[in-house]
Amino acid sequence: MKLERRRSFANLLLIGPAALAIIIFMVVPLAMMAWISVQARSYGGGVHWGELTGEAWLRFLFERELDDSLTISFNYLSIIARSVWLSLITTVLSLAVGFPTAFFMATRGRRWRTLLVFMVTLPFWTNLLVRNYAWILILRDHGTINGLLLSLGIIDQPLPLLHNQFAVAVGLTYSFLPFMVLPIYSSLEKIDLRLVEAAFDLYADRWRVLRKIIVPLAVPGIVAGSILVFIPSLGSYVTPELLGGGKTLMVGNLIGHQFGAARNWPFGAALGLFLLALVLLAMTLYALRGRGPEASR
Amino acid sequence: MKKNTRMAALSFGAAALGLIAASTAALADGELRLYNWSNYFSPDLLAKFEADTGTKVTIDSYASEEDLLAKLQAGGAGYDVIFPGTTTLGVMVKEGLLEKIDVNKMENFANVLPAHQTIAGDESREYSAPYMWGTTGFTYDPAMVPGGSMAESWEAIFKPADELKGKIAMLNEMSDVWNAGAYYLGISKCTEDPAEAQQILDLLMAQKPDVKLYSNDGTIDRMVAGEVAVHMQWNGAAHRVKAKKPEAVYVYPQEGTTFWTDAMAVPKGAPNLENAKTFINWMMEPENAAAASNYTGYSNAIKGSGEFLKDDLKADPAVNTPEEFGDRLRAYEACSEKSRDLRERVWTKLKS
Repeated sequence: MKLERRRSFANLLLIGPAALAIIIFMVVPLAMMAWISVQARSYGGGVHWGELTGEAWLRFLFERELDDSLTISFNYLSIIARSVWLSLITTVLSLAVGFPTAFFMATRGRRWRTLLVFMVTLPFWTNLLVRNYAWILILRDHGTINGLLLSLGIIDQPLPLLHNQFAVAVGLTYSFLPFMVLPIYSSLEKIDLRLVEAAFDLYADRWRVLRKIIVPLAVPGIVAGSILVFIPSLGSYVTPELLGGGKTLMVGNLIGHQFGAARNWPFGAALGLFLLALVLLAMTLYALRGRGPEASR
Repeated sequence: MKKNTRMAALSFGAAALGLIAASTAALADGELRLYNWSNYFSPDLLAKFEADTGTKVTIDSYASEEDLLAKLQAGGAGYDVIFPGTTTLGVMVKEGLLEKIDVNKMENFANVLPAHQTIAGDESREYSAPYMWGTTGFTYDPAMVPGGSMAESWEAIFKPADELKGKIAMLNEMSDVWNAGAYYLGISKCTEDPAEAQQILDLLMAQKPDVKLYSNDGTIDRMVAGEVAVHMQWNGAAHRVKAKKPEAVYVYPQEGTTFWTDAMAVPKGAPNLENAKTFINWMMEPENAAAASNYTGYSNAIKGSGEFLKDDLKADPAVNTPEEFGDRLRAYEACSEKSRDLRERVWTKLKS
């Protein structure tokens, strides 16, 4: 009994620092955001502490008209929907590029593999901002791609590659691709090749082997990779700002604008919380789905 | 081993303490700490002030006025002179973040051009002196424009000729774009009327498909590389475009162009109040104001500084605003909360 109590005390001590860090760096800031989101806004930036109002949350769906009546408006929701849509596209593109890459890597010899993993992580040595600027040089009217196509005479007008949603999708895919490749690689690497051989012995063709053996075994990696790509895409700020040409906002830019030029902290905080809730909801659904089959097993 | 690290940590801490002590000692005598935008103050001028007064000057820089405001709101940061823009200056005066230094009673205040002797938010110049000012118009490249020239009107970019569609860049700056729309439509930029705000939104939405991008960065390169034919631009940037593309033209649209002012002010609790006052008075001398302009490429507000300006600045109408355009300049106005809310909603709708 005594021993047990001592052990639980030791556990508490061990968990303590981590729990404290979570409370200070996550729970407290989140509580502050929630609190700020229901304060009245101060037009000089900041809030009027203690004046409670739901104005910030009303903005998601309603707009004040000239006579101060509320009308429904989808301005902000459409920005959020666009962010989700662009993040989904990014995830699908990353998967389409990342899976073959990971497969290629996992099927090389041991020494090659180490080198390839190293090369995938290499871009992280450079700041994200710099890498996005590099894409501007590649995509712009007289940039690498258009310059090449023009000089080869394939096109006679530069293609509109930059300052649109296409450029944002390309930039996001590039930025987060390693997060897709590495988890898939790590699950592919563990595949027992004897299973593949057995499938071939049973007269499965290549396509069938891929579909029935390799992909199912890579699912944990694919799911982890998709989550790791989707979530940072949803909150991205730099890429839409630089490559999107400021014509279309993503929710990250909208939040930045509220705290910056618009000086509407409560709405910014509400948007931030909403984004977080969206991510948590998606994660929870995933976790529940993942648990389902196991429970029934 | 363990003992060693502890000793090292201890001595490091002691050294740090020593450093703090040393810096407080320095603060007490002949120091001045400036807090400014980066690349916005001439190092030579700094050296001159140090030589003239024997004061040691240091500069820290901020990237946005939000940074500046946040730092001050968090309770001074030991700076003596700051350089806020008009909007931020108004907020600071209102929130009591500035020291009342009676600029209007300073010896060199008589040098300030009449138009700058008052400013929205600090009407009698008790808190602030003008540093630099500039305008927001647009720049075009005659070679890329049909007929080789454009009308001196916002119409030229809000309702562009077919040849210019997709070759227009706008600033990604809410108030500048809103103001331009308001001037063009003849609406007050502080309007509280949603119907008028709607007109501005309609104008901007109609223009949007023809706009290549909205951006504040790289405006100079974009013009020099010929990626766009027209760029809504600040005049200092236009001056630097001309350095590489002399044929470029900066337009002061006839409906009006905003002029903005950056001020010099002293935050509450500045450690070297007297030095700060000396500095601000010193900066209002024509020769020193001119040196600042020569470095930044923007105009100052000091009478008689013209003769000390570099020739290329003097010769450039983008910087040295010609007399006849004087009535096109529109001063900053502190708009009501209702008006600012309308502006912000127009901006969000434009971008959603």
